[in-house]
Amino acid sequence: MSAAASTDPLTAPPGKLPDGLVAIVKRECATCVMVVPVLQRLVAERGLTVFTQDDPSFPDGIDAMHDVDLSVSWRNDIETVPTLIRVVDGAEVERTFGWSRADWQRLTAIEDLGDQLPVMRPGCGSMSVDPNLVDELRARFSGSTLRARRVEIADAEDETEAMFDRGWTDGLPVVAPTEARVLRMLTGTTRAADDVVAVVPPDLVEVTVEKVAINAVMAGCLPEHLPWVIAALEAVCTNEFNIHGVLATTMPVGPVIICNGPGTRDIGMNSGINVLGQGNRANLTIGRAVQLVIRNVGGGRPGEVDRATHGNPGKLSFCFAESDADSPITSLAVERGFSASDDVVTVFAGEGPRCIVDQLARDPELLANTMAACLRTLHNPKIVMAFDAILIIGPEHARVFADAGWDRERILAELHARLQIPGRELVRGADGMAEGVPAHLQDVTLPKFRPGGILLVHAGGGAGLFSAVIGGWANGEIGSQPVSRRVGAS
Amino acid sequence: MASVILDPTNERTLAERTRTARPPSIVGLDVGLLDISKARGDVFLDRLEVLLTEAGANVRRYKKPTFTKPAPVDLRHEIASQCHVVIEALAD
Repeated sequence: MSAAASTDPLTAPPGKLPDGLVAIVKRECATCVMVVPVLQRLVAERGLTVFTQDDPSFPDGIDAMHDVDLSVSWRNDIETVPTLIRVVDGAEVERTFGWSRADWQRLTAIEDLGDQLPVMRPGCGSMSVDPNLVDELRARFSGSTLRARRVEIADAEDETEAMFDRGWTDGLPVVAPTEARVLRMLTGTTRAADDVVAVVPPDLVEVTVEKVAINAVMAGCLPEHLPWVIAALEAVCTNEFNIHGVLATTMPVGPVIICNGPGTRDIGMNSGINVLGQGNRANLTIGRAVQLVIRNVGGGRPGEVDRATHGNPGKLSFCFAESDADSPITSLAVERGFSASDDVVTVFAGEGPRCIVDQLARDPELLANTMAACLRTLHNPKIVMAFDAILIIGPEHARVFADAGWDRERILAELHARLQIPGRELVRGADGMAEGVPAHLQDVTLPKFRPGGILLVHAGGGAGLFSAVIGGWANGEIGSQPVSRRVGAS
Repeated sequence: MASVILDPTNERTLAERTRTARPPSIVGLDVGLLDISKARGDVFLDRLEVLLTEAGANVRRYKKPTFTKPAPVDLRHEIASQCHVVIEALAD
């Protein structure tokens, strides 16, 4: 070690650099190897302190400090090696990285430093930003403020089985929420880990960003998915959406999450082929994370508060993006008062989807007839106004409407007009079915859906004259209402 | 090496409460009947009211605004402060 260094690296606080000149290097870097003669001269003439990241015997002829745990590199934000830093009174005043002869000469005040070397040579990536190491280093050195209870899994224990055993999963394996993974997940939001996102029913427990991140890790999310999970939870945990009732009902509904905005494309959500199916990480993990929070934090588990007679596979995850960038109709989010540039989630208490087939209609009137007839049968052809629905119009069906000049308002008006049903068809006993409306409504015409009860969405693959319907649950103030939230709004 | 993971649950410890002792008789007791607003729940409760009144109980009727949400806290307090026992009708 140089006598010029006023701070002894062996006894200094973690990561603190000694006064004078400091270089961080690694043998694996060709530029570091190239500058070894310069480093040797600086040690002799300027008392340079050298930290080496990989090989403790590098550089040759220099008694370098081995940054074996990369703490010095991590704490000093070293992204490139070699990095040369000038430290005065314990504080960094200047740095350069890679080899730039002019910069090194200026920083060291040695005019002919490295004259025999090229003018410039880029450096290499610091080991402290190696993607394979960075999560562990963040967990080790960032002074974790995470508050969740630590659960130790024994050597002989299978991590995945241990999480099943604790009842933390939805029936599928989950990713182990290690501190490194959770800290990485938290880089996806600007919100503090201890910020409260919502009060989660049924147990009415405050959920923090940290707990959301833990469950998002388990669900398989990437950090960029986290703001969408947070927004969806904010929407789900409102009195209007009423997740308590959605859980407790014997009907087969769960939160259906519809995503809008340019962010859906940034995070790679699917709004096209197989939009409601398997295969897209963002769609599946965002919806799954929401459900895991309801299970693990809210305490909403099947057979306990969740009393569904059948449930539906979408209760694992039901999340998709509207194909709003190339839609001939106004998007759901814009219809609900947001801007087309906003990232928005809308949650809806819905059952599984089913298909509307009409491969022959090229006339919008005929297609509307088919759609209305299918919508009429939702839940029971004789039950009216009790449930809302999402109608997902496939692109080929949307084109039939668009070619005829029908916009969102026209499509909805035409559907509602076709769904006015004479009371005599609906009263209890009519058509040999017990279900229906009371007899005194015999002479009244009733709408299948309340005003605003059909939510139009444009999504699906480009081929196929199909649309899809997702039936809802008890609507309005007595049940659940669709709720929208802007992503990253809070 | 043993791995360490973070607890995804709410980490709550549930409070355990002992159940109120079963009254030896309902004669003279205030018995609350809570209608959750589910269809035909009132049919069941109307019949119970007749039977309980005949048996000597003082019946009080209550109703939740909607069956889909928990009873409001004020309603729960009202029942707890006015009744010795309560019967809640589920109608599914």
